[in-house]
Amino acid sequence: MTSVTPQETVQCDDFHLLNSNHKISQSLIMHSHVRSLDIACYRMFVLIIVPGYTNHSERIHVFYANIDTGNMAASMRLQGCKSSIQEALHQCSKAVAGSHPLLKRTIYTTMKLYDREQYWNDRCKPDEAKFNKVLIANRGEIACRVINTCRRLGIKTVAVHSEADSLAVHTRSADEAICIGPAPSSESYLRMDKILQAIKDTGAEAVHPGYGFLSENTTFAAKLQDMGVAFVGPNSESIKAMGDKIESKRIAEKAGVNLIPGFDGAVRDADHCLELANQIGYPVMIKASAGGGGKGMRIARDDQEARTSFRLCTEEAKSSFGDDRMLIEKFIENPRHIEIQVLCDKHGNSLYLHERECSIQRRNQKVIEEAPSTFLDEETRKAMGDQACRLANAVGYDSAGTVEFLVDKNKNFYFLEMNTRLQVEHPITEMITGVDIVHQMLRVAKGHSLLHKQENIPIEGWAIECRVYAEDPFKNFGMPSIGRLSRYVEPLHIENTRCDSGIMEGSEISIYYDPMICKLVTYGKNRNLAMETMIKSLDSYVIKGVTHNIPLLRDILTEKRFVSGDISTNYLPEVFPDGFKGKQLTVRENQELAAMACAIYLKDEDRASNFINMKGSHIPITPKTKWTLNVMIGKARYEAQVSKGADGLKVTVGDNNFDVKGNLSFASPLIDLSINGEQRLLQVQTRTGGGKYDLRFFGTVYPVQVLSERAYSLSQHMLEKKQVDTSALVMAPMPGVLKSVSVVAGDLVAEHQEVCVLEAMKMQNSLVSAKVAKVKKVHFKTGDTVNEGDVIVELE
Amino acid sequence: MATLIRSLSKCHRFLHYAVPLQVTRGAKTMANVELTLDVKRRIDSTRQQALLGGGQRRIDVQHKKGKLTARERVQLLMDEDSFVEYDMFLEHNCADFGMEKQKYPGDSVVTGRGTINGRTAFVFSQDFTVFGGSLSGAHAKKVCKIMDQAMLVGAPVIGLNDSGGARIQEGVESLAGYADIFQRNVESSGVIPQISMIMGPCAGGAVYSPALTDFTFMVKDTSYLFITGPDVVKSVTNEDVTQEELGGAKTHTSVSGVAHKAFENDVDALLNLREFFSYLPLNNKEPSPIRACDDPWDRLVPGLDTVVPLESTAAYDMHDVITGVIDEQEFFEIMPTYAKNLIVGFARMNGRTVGVVGNQPKVAAGCLDINASVKGARFVRFCDAFNIPIITFVDVPGFLPGTSQEYGGIIRHGAKLLYAFAEATVPKVTVITRKAYGGAYDVMSSKHLRGDVNYAWPTAEVAVMGAKGAVSIIFRGSKNQEDQEAEYVEKFANPFPAAVRGFVDDIIEPQATRMRINKDLSVLADKKLENPWKKHSNMPL
Repeated sequence: MTSVTPQETVQCDDFHLLNSNHKISQSLIMHSHVRSLDIACYRMFVLIIVPGYTNHSERIHVFYANIDTGNMAASMRLQGCKSSIQEALHQCSKAVAGSHPLLKRTIYTTMKLYDREQYWNDRCKPDEAKFNKVLIANRGEIACRVINTCRRLGIKTVAVHSEADSLAVHTRSADEAICIGPAPSSESYLRMDKILQAIKDTGAEAVHPGYGFLSENTTFAAKLQDMGVAFVGPNSESIKAMGDKIESKRIAEKAGVNLIPGFDGAVRDADHCLELANQIGYPVMIKASAGGGGKGMRIARDDQEARTSFRLCTEEAKSSFGDDRMLIEKFIENPRHIEIQVLCDKHGNSLYLHERECSIQRRNQKVIEEAPSTFLDEETRKAMGDQACRLANAVGYDSAGTVEFLVDKNKNFYFLEMNTRLQVEHPITEMITGVDIVHQMLRVAKGHSLLHKQENIPIEGWAIECRVYAEDPFKNFGMPSIGRLSRYVEPLHIENTRCDSGIMEGSEISIYYDPMICKLVTYGKNRNLAMETMIKSLDSYVIKGVTHNIPLLRDILTEKRFVSGDISTNYLPEVFPDGFKGKQLTVRENQELAAMACAIYLKDEDRASNFINMKGSHIPITPKTKWTLNVMIGKARYEAQVSKGADGLKVTVGDNNFDVKGNLSFASPLIDLSINGEQRLLQVQTRTGGGKYDLRFFGTVYPVQVLSERAYSLSQHMLEKKQVDTSALVMAPMPGVLKSVSVVAGDLVAEHQEVCVLEAMKMQNSLVSAKVAKVKKVHFKTGDTVNEGDVIVELE
Repeated sequence: MATLIRSLSKCHRFLHYAVPLQVTRGAKTMANVELTLDVKRRIDSTRQQALLGGGQRRIDVQHKKGKLTARERVQLLMDEDSFVEYDMFLEHNCADFGMEKQKYPGDSVVTGRGTINGRTAFVFSQDFTVFGGSLSGAHAKKVCKIMDQAMLVGAPVIGLNDSGGARIQEGVESLAGYADIFQRNVESSGVIPQISMIMGPCAGGAVYSPALTDFTFMVKDTSYLFITGPDVVKSVTNEDVTQEELGGAKTHTSVSGVAHKAFENDVDALLNLREFFSYLPLNNKEPSPIRACDDPWDRLVPGLDTVVPLESTAAYDMHDVITGVIDEQEFFEIMPTYAKNLIVGFARMNGRTVGVVGNQPKVAAGCLDINASVKGARFVRFCDAFNIPIITFVDVPGFLPGTSQEYGGIIRHGAKLLYAFAEATVPKVTVITRKAYGGAYDVMSSKHLRGDVNYAWPTAEVAVMGAKGAVSIIFRGSKNQEDQEAEYVEKFANPFPAAVRGFVDDIIEPQATRMRINKDLSVLADKKLENPWKKHSNMPL
């Protein structure tokens, strides 16, 4: 905390003054999203700091209470923050000096980008009317995101949650929380009646729908209107107009927006689809009219593909949106996906907040976004912005929205669709423009007019967003995984890093909801600085308990084409034609890893004999200062000569010498070392004993074993263990529900023949046999829930 | 030769004497010199022979099987240059069946002492290359010698077993040898820790020595433990069974519960054994060892607040609780694949070794059955014998009902765990995370069994049984059982009934569990409690 500037001081009446520590901590847990708290005593009051305080504290709660200090030892020391706590205490004591001794306050500070507030360009009139209470009809990170702004503004918040989310961060952070049903979203977050009832019960004046769920549901927006409750989003007419892809194209055409060649209307059936495809010319894109987020969307390059795609898309659309109308259009090869953020009010004002480059996608779902785009020039940017505003005006748009374009290599751009909601990747726009989009949405919904003019919207600096997902990037660039976050530390100690997440250590990533863990956003004065910070943040991000896609994200960040800005929506399949295999280390990088592994091993060895209460031998032992170690990285062996230097280790691997320095501790998985003066962040993922470690380096986890000379030479006698042949098994690659099983015991299957369809995270995955064989046994039936690794079909 | 002597002297520093070479002229002196030199040469060559065990050919065969030799094992287990060998020159004295012509210095076992991470341990390592590691009178004598010395100085004994069985040529001599070892195993039990690592065959009477020791570990695919091998089984019961199925590592770690853990191969096993050793005190007079620790003792664990699901019937993994609380998430689990409904193992709290016992709600709802009771009882008794504090995490719906359990003697076996907890005088800290029902509540280190500090999480429910069962008894035949069930839940499905009676000392926030336990252990380190004098107790075996 460089400085605590109470941006707004709010008295929270619902914090009851409690006189026992136990209850304070409980009340904090219930009422604020304290992830790990730091409680320190200072004279008569307690200061509770929410993490991230080293540079940009989100909130500081100050309690005035006479607290038995003996009971207050619950202080969690986070690395390198001792001085900040002292300073925070000092600042706080000044800030609250003179107040009534039994008053409690929450002081909010927002994060800082370099030396200014992240929302430096946010505007509002000091005394304008605000909503008193806002209900957030969503969950996870976006609910937390909205709650954060509401808290900053002193607006009370109501969270709705499913039973499974009863202890979720968004549920705990809101001032009030209402349970609206069981875990499946169709029985909770999509239950309009329950949410409307919650609004009535809590007296919320407005509803922020976030994204997904009911955010683009016109019925919901209309029902709220009837109730006299503000919908923090556009009017239902514009949602309707833009939500329907066919309708939206017609409006766009009228408004003079560039369009992709295609068929104007819904595809009747598979035959019609083929006919149209041939008219337009392959490749074509088949997508659900009601679709979004890449669901129900497929590319076809010939008649056969067109037929299967049409079938699969229809099924997906039906299960995801309950609407199986299909569209067809020309597929633009190697396009970039660039979108324009617009902001409109009810008084006819519209602004564009520039573009977001969202080309790095897998299966049409965004992975990495950045703002601005390296590709656009001022002229194209303005043309796109103007068209986006024109379209918004044409439908009477009156909130924040996003107009998506495909841009080909000649900078021709084509309108794709308009998202009539707060977009997932909005933070990067906020960072380069300094505007709090959620705040502006709330203002506009309250009826205020925008206080910005187009010339007040600059592009300052560069922001990158990585979507950290609970998924396995080694399987098809990302197959959902589930689990409990046994260890979870966000890299908030790094400057200019923002984590928009809705989870904390101990949270469960379940099959019911989106597997996104966090939107990791970094900011820099230029693209290189933003990338540098991103790399550091990804390396420092501790996630244990679920498989995550950081290996892929980290690798992209240093990949040549990405670094140069040469990207398209085909980036992933082009750069990784055989799928992502993990970061391939160079010889020198392998040697560096080996050198650091030696340092970890020696620390481990040193500590292994560091007993505090054991009587030692009287024979003096000269401590060793030189070692010959063998480091196995996978199957490759690196011999290392290690010697102890004055303040670190000197390690020679191959022809290279490495000076390894830094404080090693196993208390945190994150290890910060320097190699020849350069910082290297690595993580000890697991420590399995016998010198075996799984080390995360450059994002990817490498199995490493460090062996002494003797252990290595003896290990040469060990026999390789036989691997179990899995080609005879069809296993679930991820947890999900079996949509169909197309074989029975005794069937003969061909190689790559579909044996069952697994639906997970609303995506249909066709599972195929690996060889020609007879089906021995089918272990599950349609409708069964399977876990990752479950054997569904056994072949002979 | 010079290099050989150098290398030998490195291994056997204590036996290396510099030979004074005096150049004199007298013939008598010359003869003396010659004699001295000859003795020296004999010593060197015998030593060299001893180092080769059964010879290079047999060593190669051993290696081909993926096994290390007895000496290689010892070297890997012990700190570098720390091993001091005993009785390298000892030979068998059998004169029958031509055995007098086949003598190997040191016979079929390597014995000695050394240090593991700086702490003394005695070790014997059976040498399969010499008569298949078979146990002769001489072999037994060597083993007994180091066992006796270990008892004298109070240091653990580690046995690396790789033996075909008794030396049949020696007959009763060999049997006597086994019994001598057994007697020492028993006398040492509870005085010094005894560990067996099965690294090859171990059959017949030989199996009882590992069975008497505190921990038995095995190496996967290369070690076997059985009373009678597959051939005898076939001829007696006509069962067809492979060695691996009958007595392999998988069988003993998951079916019989004879072995406590299995490792991938020799190297993995020995390196892990070093790790395991660091948890143990050297003898029953020493306190639980404390190792330097980087993990803050007062670290809050916010993840624990959400670990117990809101639905009281939903499962969760008690490992998450354990690894959250202990130092650096490092848990050395004992019997991880046997009776998985109860977790036991070693961990550290602020550097100090502790024994952890926890019901596992993920397996069989965490109930106690025969196997779990026996597993838990043996572990608790080990901890108690060696001053290791016990931390118990309780989420137990009761004892497993059913005929197989009753016929199997769940009463007798369940009593073992009860006995072990009640008898233990080491610091005992108990945390009830959720259910603590019925007799199983009493058993799981409850306040009533002299638990020193007993905590409940806010999710704890201490009751005689679940609401449904209770209501059907209290209100037998009543119609509105649902309301009564709700009433019962309201009354008992929370920590208050136990807390108001003082059966739990406090209701704590899960995230503060680590901090609270560390504080308690620091105070309890000075705990002094003794059971009444007795010759020995009579636990229900």
